[in-house]
Formats: sequence, C-alpha cells, structure tokens
Amino acid sequence: MAKMAVMEGSHAIAEAARVCRPSVVSAYPITPQTHIVEDLSAMIANGELTNCEYVRTESEFSAASVIQGAQAAGVRTFSATSSQGAVLMYEVLFSIAGMRLPCVLAMANRAVSSPINIWNDHQDAISARDNGWIQLWAEDNQEAADMIIQAYKIAEDHRVTLPVMVNFDGFQVTHLYEPVEVYDQKMVDEFLPPYDPLFKLDPKDPVTMGALAQPEYYTEARYMVHAAQITAKPIIEDVAREFGRKFGRFKGGLIDTYKMEGAEVALVAMGSILGTMKDAVDEMRSAGIPVGIVKIRTYRPFPVEALRAALKGVKVVCVLDRNISLGMEGAVFVETKAALYNASESPTMLGFIIGLGGRDITVRDIKGIVDKGYKKIGGERVSELEWYQLDRNILPEGI
Amino acid sequence: MAALEDLYASGHRACAGCGCALFLKTLMRVAGPDVIVTNSTGCMEVVSTPYPESAWKVPWIHSLFENNAPVAAGIEAALKATGRKGNTKVIAIGGDGATFDIGFGLLSGVMERGHDILYICYDNEAYMNTGIQRSGSTPYDASTTTTPAGKMSFGNQRPKKNVPAIMAAHGVPYVATTSMGYPADFTKKVRKALSIEGPKYLQVHATCVPGWGIDGALSLEILRLAVETGLYPLYEYENGQITSVKKIKNRKPVKEYLDKQKRYSHLFKMPGGDREIEKIQHIADLNAKHFNLDIEEKATAKEKEAKEE
Repeated sequence: MAKMAVMEGSHAIAEAARVCRPSVVSAYPITPQTHIVEDLSAMIANGELTNCEYVRTESEFSAASVIQGAQAAGVRTFSATSSQGAVLMYEVLFSIAGMRLPCVLAMANRAVSSPINIWNDHQDAISARDNGWIQLWAEDNQEAADMIIQAYKIAEDHRVTLPVMVNFDGFQVTHLYEPVEVYDQKMVDEFLPPYDPLFKLDPKDPVTMGALAQPEYYTEARYMVHAAQITAKPIIEDVAREFGRKFGRFKGGLIDTYKMEGAEVALVAMGSILGTMKDAVDEMRSAGIPVGIVKIRTYRPFPVEALRAALKGVKVVCVLDRNISLGMEGAVFVETKAALYNASESPTMLGFIIGLGGRDITVRDIKGIVDKGYKKIGGERVSELEWYQLDRNILPEGI
Repeated sequence: MAALEDLYASGHRACAGCGCALFLKTLMRVAGPDVIVTNSTGCMEVVSTPYPESAWKVPWIHSLFENNAPVAAGIEAALKATGRKGNTKVIAIGGDGATFDIGFGLLSGVMERGHDILYICYDNEAYMNTGIQRSGSTPYDASTTTTPAGKMSFGNQRPKKNVPAIMAAHGVPYVATTSMGYPADFTKKVRKALSIEGPKYLQVHATCVPGWGIDGALSLEILRLAVETGLYPLYEYENGQITSVKKIKNRKPVKEYLDKQKRYSHLFKMPGGDREIEKIQHIADLNAKHFNLDIEEKATAKEKEAKEE
C-alpha cells in the first residue's frame, strides 16, 4: 500500500518535480504559483533536491529563458508560473517549442489583467495554445502531481521532443489540502529514465540552434512541430496507461469520460470544475437524467478523434469554458464544435462561459446548464453561447 | 594552438568592411573552441545562420532579441549542475539594441546574480538590422531613420547611455570598453575577461558601413578616430573601480571623426551645424576630463609651468 499524506496541491506538485530530478529550476514569484517554487527552494536548501541549480530570475521572461538555455545545454529543467507571468513568457514559449526543447512548465491557471484578478480561470494557458507546447489539464492535486511526472516522459520521448505545460487551477488545486500519494523515488526512476537529449550545446560536437529560416524552410519547420503534436497523441495515452500500471492511477489519456453510457446531454470541460460536475451528474443520474461528462485532459494536441468517439450518439453537448476568446466564444467550445463539424454524426452544441476570475461554480450552476441542454432537446430556443453567470445588474445601462 | 582555425567561418552574409563581422572573427580566434555562444536577434545572428548554413563552428544558440544573457545563464547553470563546466566558457553576444534597450533588465539580472558568463555588446550605435533606427546607444546628433536630420532637427537629441558604468555598478569583477579599431586592445581584454570567474561585460565599438554611411575600406580608421577624438574612450573597470584607460596623445578634433560619416553629414550643411559640432566636441572634452585621457606633451607641460610662474 502506497504511503498517503495530506498536503497542499503546490507541495504535491513540487514533490513530483523533485522526484523527476531536474538539474535546473528557474522561476519568478507570482500568485498562485509561489508555493511550488518556494517548496522547491526549501528542498534544495535542505538537501532533498541535489545536483540542481535554482536560478531566481528578475522576471518570468528570464525564467523561461534560463530553462531554455539549460535545456539546450542538455539537462532536465523545471519552471512554474501563472497568469501575467505566463503572458510575459509567451515569446520565449514559442522559441522553446520551435527549437524542440522538451521543457516542463507547471501552470497554476489564473485570470489575466485587466482588470487585475488573482483568482482562477483558464485564460493564461488558453491564450498560449498556438505556441507548440503540449497542454495537459489536471483535475485535482493528485492528477496535477502525477501529470508532472508523465509530462517529462511525454516531452522527452524522441518521437515527440516538445515542451509540455501542465495546467491546474490556481487556488482550487494549488492551495487545497488533499490526501495524495507520497512518491517512491525508485519507482519514479524506473518510470522516468534520465534525460537523453536528441541534441545539445556541447563544444565537443558543435550544433547551431535557432537558425534563421527563410520562406523556403519556415513552413516545414512549423509542420514538423505540428506533426510531433499529432504523433504525441497515442504517446500521451501510452504514458498515462504505463503510469497507471506502475502507480495504480489512471485518469485518462487525451480525454476521460464519466457516466457517458446512454447520455443524452454531455458536459465538456477541463480542470477542477470536473469535481463539481461529477457531483451534479451523480445527483442527476440518481434522478434518472441521462447526462455524462467528457473531460479534456489534453488540450494540445486537441483530441479530435477521441471527442468524436466519446460524443457519438449524444443529443446536445454543453461545453463549459473558463476562458473567452473575446469577440467569439470560449476556446474549448469553438474547438469542440470544429472537431465534430465534419464527423458523421454531429450533435447540437451549446457554449457556456463560466467561472471567470474565480467566480464560484456550484452544482446548481451545472444542473442549470444541463437544463438548457434539455430545453434545446425539447425544441425551445436556447442561445448558442451564454455567459452563464453574467450579472446584468452590475452592467451599465445599455450593455 | 588552434587559434588560426576560423571558428567563425567566412561565407557569412555581412557587408564588406563590416566591423561587427570582424569582431566575431577576431573573438573566436581568441576564445577558441571550448565555448558555447548565445546570440541575440540582430545582424550578426541573421548573417551567420541562414538555414541550412551556419558560420559557427562552436555550439551556438539564438533564441530571441532580448534574452541572450539569461539563455547563457541557463547554459551556465546546466553545466554547473551536471559538473560539465570544466574550462568551457559561455559567451553571450548582442548588439546595442539588445543590450542597452530591449534586453537591459534581463542583462542586469544576470550580472547581479553572478553567473560565470562573458557578455559582449557589439556597439554599432543603432538598430542596424531593422534599418538604422535610433537605440539608447545612438550618439548625440547622429541621423537615423527614426531620428532623421531635417529642417527642424539635428538628429538624435539624447546622449549615449552609459551602460559600462551601470554594469560596473552591479559590482561585477570586470567591465571594459574596446574597439575593433584596436585589435590588440580587443584581444587583450577578451583574454583577460575569459580568465576571470563571474559576470563580465565587454562593449566593443564596431562600424556599420550602411548605418554610419562610411566607406567600408575606412572602417578601422574611423573606429580609431572615435578613440583618438575622445568620443569612445577605452577603459577597464575591475570590481567597480576604473583600473586602466587608453591615453591619447594629441587628441584630435571630433570634426575629423564626424566628417567621414554620412550620419553626421547634416552638421556640415545645416545652419547652426557648427554649434552642434561644438557640443559634440564638448562631449569629447568631458570624456577626456572624466577619464583623464590626454597625455600632455612634456614640453607643453614645461611651457605651462613657466606661464603659471
């Protein structure tokens, strides 16, 4: 029986990073990510994490640059950030992916200014979706920690060689105390072998990294990143299953499903909201309402085929987005619709913007969204996109 | 010694007479093969690595415009963590735009944290790669595409930012200015910098043939004039103190430096240009006073003494 301990989500994530033996850690403080990098600092100070250089930079831009340089020099790295810090990193994140450096970044998802707001939503990572990083999305403390270990294995696979961002909700995961399994270093070492870079900066074997690609080469360089993302799909599944066999926990690969048998209405979402959704679905299923959940665990590469299979036969799909592509719809909604548009059977799709900037999401909210799905099935007029928790009393007149 | 092998190979796309390409070639002859180079976006990055070609025979990485220093810091940290550091030197190269402006905060962080890297700014005094726009290094009255001389303007109206002094204020062990007009001075300072552990900052004055509007054949002569007029003093800081200054015998008037460059040609045509040249002369005079650049002729000193008596 594995040893369990009650610990803060941030500590569980820091523990997972520690057992992966990174050689260079670099970060900059930002709420709600800070506890992770504080814990790693303490582990180094206490000698629990050795042969590791911790670089305390003057900005997230530099933190991302430091891990890029270190990874290019052929070592395993770790960084963590959130919100504004992630936005400041964006330029470097593109460069890291384009250079095929398998960095792992822990992302405590948080709203983006302005207005400034330290609480959870998914805007930071969603707005980073096009930079070539694989994006994994965890539901709870244990999954977030386990995902860090899986992330290295996926990133460093020579068929992939792409960076991986592990997403988990700020506060709902980072500051929540839950029982998690204490990792056994030997087991982690067996699961995750030492980093074997495909290429590195080494005076004994000089390489040029980050060359200029003119129009005759740029498309191919971009295609290779795209192809690696597509190649990663079965590898993400395999790594999740292998982790399941080794550690006894499997929470899905690209997606996970919950009570989808015979579901008429399916809810699609990512992150800690899944817990509340499962409670709501349990209650509704007990009342005989056939509703189920598809959790997106891998947002990049986007699980097109898996979603088509999981949502087959469903009448209405309700997608819950904790982000908004302003002027359009929630990103998960847009992409889920796109994934199903050319499928043989395409259910009716409804999008809901919910939980922005830390607004609480209750079981009642989830049930209300399912009701909308049933209204649609019943032929009632339901708008395709709804800002579900929008309080019109707060808005100025005329909006 | 492998010093004669060109680790920065010919065939790169730099202009004929480019002072910055000369800098890289000379640098690599001094630094040797046991180095890892980071290069910010800029002319030297563009001309040296058009895929699938590379002029670099040492490990080299270009990430972005502003982050050559922290990428170098990451490499240094990786080598340290894995015990691979040995004698390998990590060198970050950036132009004045990367160094004085967009990467300035990141460079400050690297200097302050004490990483064992050599940062070298090749200073051609404007954003040359994007078409000669003004940077924080552009000197007073230089005409650039964003500070053009015109009926209402003599060009750039701000003095050059004093980055070496700011770097020295970080308490780093070594800061120096040098010039490709003096290859021996450059070589000596690179060697010295590479022998010191910790963060080092070297600023190298180097021409841009189209950016300065010069005859490429006069590249070195013009760089020497910058020093001989007192406009680009060469000095070293060690642990925050100035420890050496290249003295000038018979300091030349700045006019001799300015009139060979198109970026200053308006000063010789526009009404009031004379007064502007006087202002530039004043900058050189202040440099001479601050760094004690002038070597007074013995006879002159005696005459002066006699006069005073």
